[in-house]
Amino acid sequence: MKIHEYQAKGVLRRYNVPVPRGEVAFSPDEARRVAGTLGGRVVVKAQIHAGGRGKGGGVKLADNPEQAARLAEQIIGMTLVTHQTGPEGRLVKRVLVEETLPIDRELYLGIVLDRKLERPVLMASSEGGMDIEEVAAKTPELILKETIEPGIGLMPHQARRLAFGMGLEGEAVKGIVNAMLALAKAYEATDANLLEINPFVITTDERAVALDAKMDFDDNGLFRHPDLIELRDLDEEDPLETDASNFNLNYIKLDGNVGCMVNGAGLAMATMDIIQHAGGRPANFLDVGGGANAEQIKNGFRIILSDANVKAILINIFGGILRVDVLAAGVVAAARELDIQVPIVLRLEGTKVDEGKRILQESGMNFTVAANMKEAAEKVVALAS
Amino acid sequence: MSILLDEDTRIVVQGFGRAGAFHAQQCKDYGAKIVGAVHPGKGGGEKDGTPIFNTMREAVDAVRPAASIVFVPAAGAADAIIEAADGGLELVVCITEGIPAQDLVKVSFALRGSETRLIGPNCPGLISPGKSKLGIMPGYIHKQGNVGVVSRSGTLTYEAVGQLSVLGIGQSTCVGIGGDPIIGTNFIDVLDLFNEDPDTHAVIMIGEIGGTAEEEAAAFIKEHFTKPVAAFIAGRTAPPGRRMGHAGAIISGGKGTASEKVAALEDAGIAVAPTPADMGATLAGLI
Repeated sequence: MKIHEYQAKGVLRRYNVPVPRGEVAFSPDEARRVAGTLGGRVVVKAQIHAGGRGKGGGVKLADNPEQAARLAEQIIGMTLVTHQTGPEGRLVKRVLVEETLPIDRELYLGIVLDRKLERPVLMASSEGGMDIEEVAAKTPELILKETIEPGIGLMPHQARRLAFGMGLEGEAVKGIVNAMLALAKAYEATDANLLEINPFVITTDERAVALDAKMDFDDNGLFRHPDLIELRDLDEEDPLETDASNFNLNYIKLDGNVGCMVNGAGLAMATMDIIQHAGGRPANFLDVGGGANAEQIKNGFRIILSDANVKAILINIFGGILRVDVLAAGVVAAARELDIQVPIVLRLEGTKVDEGKRILQESGMNFTVAANMKEAAEKVVALAS
Repeated sequence: MSILLDEDTRIVVQGFGRAGAFHAQQCKDYGAKIVGAVHPGKGGGEKDGTPIFNTMREAVDAVRPAASIVFVPAAGAADAIIEAADGGLELVVCITEGIPAQDLVKVSFALRGSETRLIGPNCPGLISPGKSKLGIMPGYIHKQGNVGVVSRSGTLTYEAVGQLSVLGIGQSTCVGIGGDPIIGTNFIDVLDLFNEDPDTHAVIMIGEIGGTAEEEAAAFIKEHFTKPVAAFIAGRTAPPGRRMGHAGAIISGGKGTASEKVAALEDAGIAVAPTPADMGATLAGLI
C-alpha cells in the first residue's frame, strides 16, 4: 500500500526522522494559512502516488502566502502527467505546503527488501535528486549498501560507513547517521516494503533533512497497523481494482479485449501470455485464488464486465481437488443473474469434470468448452475479434 | 527414488483447523504417513485417528516426526515454522499465503545454520507420486516416474504435471517452492537434489516474473547440472510495477522481466516452452 509524501513524512516524524516543517492543504485557503504559519519562502507540492512531479509542473515555489494560495489553486484540480502516471495522468486533490531549506548537497537514501540476501538493505548514494535506477545502471559504484539484520537493526558503524562513503564530514555525519538509524527503525516498525528519501539533503548549515519521502507498505503486514490502513487513498487506485480487493479477488486492469478469470497467480499470468500468443490481448489479470467459489466467480464476472472493452471471456480453472460440477453450476448461475451477453470460453479441470461440462452444455447459454489451454485461447481470441 | 519425501516420511500437521484437517486427510489418503498434529489448545485430543499436541516438542517426543506441513494462518505462521525448526525437524513445508515479509526475514535468520529445510511459504507443497504427498495438490493428476518438477507457482504446476501425465511421462518429485519474495528453498537447492537423485532423469522448471532466481538457476544449470532441463516463465504480458497475485511476482525498476529470464535460460541451453500449453511437449522433446 502506497501513501502520499505528506503522510510518509508524518509517519517518519514519529520515528524522529528530520523532515521539513509543513502541512497538507486541500484548498487554496488552507495553503495560504499554512504558508502564513510557516513564514518565508515555501514550496507547494502536488500529492499523488507517483514520482516525477516536479518535471510535470506539480512542484512550485511561493514567496508569500498569497502566491502559495494562487499556486495551490493552479495545482489542485490539475491532471498531472509524469513518467510514472502514464499518459492519462492523475488528478491532484491535495498539496503539501512546506518550508524551503538552503541546500548544500542532495543525497539518496533508500531501504528495500533484498530478495537474494533475505534482509532489508539500506542504500545510500551521493547522487541524490536523480533517478536512482539510472545511477544504478550507469555508475553502480556510487550506490553504497548495508544489510540490516533482524533483531539487531542498523548499527551506527554501518550508518557511519555510508556517511563517510558519500564524502560527508563534520556535523552532517552526525545528523545523517541519526537519520539513517531512525529510518531503519521506521522501516521495520511499519512493515514497510520500500522507504525512499530522494533527495535527502544536507543544508548549508549542516543539517540533515529528508526533503522527500516515499513509503510503500507490505500488504501482508497491514493487519498489524490499523493506523496505517487509514492512510489509504482510494482516489489513487483503479476503482475496479479496489472493488475486486473487497472480495479477495486479485484484479489488475490491462488494455486488451479478452477478459480472463483464473485460479492461481501463476496460471493467471500464463493465461494472459497464451491469449497474447494466440493473437489476442488480455483485458485483465484476475486471480480468484486457489479455491474459487461461486460468490467469487460472480464478482469476478461483474468486475471483468465493468470494463467496456471486454468482448469475450476466458475462464481457466485447474481445480484439482475442487469439484468442477459445483463450479460449473456457479458459473451458470452467475451468467444468468448478470445476464452476460459476451461469449464465454471455459477450460475446466478437476474432479467431476464430465458432470461439469454437462451442466454447461445443458444450460442453453453461450458457453464454449475447450479441452485445453491452447484451444481455449484460440477460441476466445476468435470470439473477441 | 525421489527427493525430500517418500512413503516412510513421518509427518505432523501444524494448524489442524478446517483446511489443515481436510488436506491432512487428502495426504493420508494418498499414502502420506501423518503421525500427529500440533494445534495449541487442542492437545491431548485426536481427530480421525491423528493425535493432537499443544507444542511441537510434545509431538517430537511422542511421534518422532521428520517433517511438518504448516496451515497456521499468516499472523502465526512464522512462529510455527521456527517452532518446527526448534523441534529439530528435517523438513517444514509452509502452505500459508500472506505472511509479512519481515516475519520471513526473521525465519531466514532463525533457520540460518540449522538442519531444517523450509519449503515455501505460499506454495502447494511437494509430492513424490505413488509414495507420499505433503501438500495441497490434487494427487490423481500425478504419475510415478523420472521427471523432477520445480515451480514458483501452484495451479500452473498442476497444469505442467497434468500435461506430463497425459503424455505418459511420470514424475519423481514435484516441488512447489512458493511465490513469495523470501522463500526457504530456491530453484538451485532443488536442482542440486535432483542432480543427485538417480531416479530423476530430467527436470522441468517453472518460473515467473520478479527477482533473479531463474537467472541464478540458469547459471547453476550451465555450470553443474547434468540432466536435460525444460522451463517455462509466466508473465510475458505482465505490466511493470504491478504485483501479479504472488507477492514476489513484480517487475521493479525494469528488473525481473520474463524476457530477461527466458534469455538467461536459453543461454544455458535450457529448452523454454513458448506457451504454457507446450510445457509437457517441450520436456518430452528432451527425453
